[in-house]
Amino acid sequence: MSAAFLYALVGTGLFSLGLYGLIVYAHLLRKILALNVMGSGIFLVLVALARRTGEAQPDAVPHAMVITGIVVAVSATALALILMLRVAAETGSAELPDDQRESH
Amino acid sequence: MEALTLLAWIFDGLLGVGLLWLAWQALTSPDLFRAIVLFIAFGLLMALAWVRLEAPDVALAEAAIGAGLTGALLLAAFAKLCSITASEDAKTADGERIYIRLTHYWIPAVTVLLVAVGLGYVVLSLPPYVTGLSVEVAANLKSSGVSNPVTAVLLNFRGYDTLLEMVVLLLALLGVWSLGGSALRREAAPGLVLDTLARVLVPLLLLVAAYLLWVGAHAPGGAFQAGAVLGAAGVLLLLAGWRPHVGLMAWPLRLMLVAGPAAFVVMAAVLYMIEGRLLEFPPAQAGMLILILETAATVSIGVTLAALFLGGNPQNYKDQR
Repeated sequence: MSAAFLYALVGTGLFSLGLYGLIVYAHLLRKILALNVMGSGIFLVLVALARRTGEAQPDAVPHAMVITGIVVAVSATALALILMLRVAAETGSAELPDDQRESH
Repeated sequence: MEALTLLAWIFDGLLGVGLLWLAWQALTSPDLFRAIVLFIAFGLLMALAWVRLEAPDVALAEAAIGAGLTGALLLAAFAKLCSITASEDAKTADGERIYIRLTHYWIPAVTVLLVAVGLGYVVLSLPPYVTGLSVEVAANLKSSGVSNPVTAVLLNFRGYDTLLEMVVLLLALLGVWSLGGSALRREAAPGLVLDTLARVLVPLLLLVAAYLLWVGAHAPGGAFQAGAVLGAAGVLLLLAGWRPHVGLMAWPLRLMLVAGPAAFVVMAAVLYMIEGRLLEFPPAQAGMLILILETAATVSIGVTLAALFLGGNPQNYKDQR
């Protein structure tokens, strides 16, 4: 196993951690953090797999995709944060309502 | 040589464990403020991982955006959230409630674990040695007008990706402006330290942005990294209490915001008429055309990121006066 696969596995681990956080937490800010961790995991897999070129230069195409992705991720985060603030302003809380608690 | 390889392996292992641990801490920390700060630290470690994977362009972008601007956005939103909701609600309620319902987190945990195992299996079953598109990139690098392969891909070979990305940035800002309300509420006066720091750092950041833009043609750097540094300079100015003149808010600001996408669209249309293909640069002029595009893109990215940090339509401020 080369270092590329080590980082790719860390990337899948980050993706899974983020996915878990996204499902489990009701607070919207935590969901946004979780989405960002998921994104970082995907970027890490892409760049790590681009490193499988042996001694040669790594593949530049995934690098360019990830740079594009990082900028898109930050703009999506900004939009998500504004949506969260709007939800908090309308409902008084940034947590999603718990269905079970409301039905009882 | 042997000892060096071992050292590199130990470093990679520690970095991998550190990334996973920080991500876990950032997600599970009961205190939201702590979670955000841990996430910023996570971004910095990611930048180290990019360097280890020989992706210095990505490392620069991550250090400026992933660790810097995202953190600033999160902290600013957290501060606003605390002023909207009761602050204890934002801090602890979520962390405590998680441990009450075991079923609510065991089922997701098992499902996600299965996903993780599946993903790990797929990654490990990939061939250990591939050249990908690196051969094609290297073969066409001469006609691209630049010698940094990542810049060549971003601005020349896959220029329309970058064009669409500029549009995504603009759309995100439109969303923020539609939902954010008025943003230019003046905060408390900055301390002496922040004020002095801004005076020293902003000119330096502008210089770094210009350098990154120029050097991107043949070394790690380029429009995205330069734009991110420019955005950071804008955020620093906004934090220090600087507000642009109201007269600048109307069309000069909008002009800067659309400069990047507009330059791309005009370039694409002109090249389509001359060359018959969208964004296909004639090799002789490619270097110059890419520099023009990158300059416009840098200004747009920088101003958009700073405006995203501001969080609302600055025009509303004018209307309120």
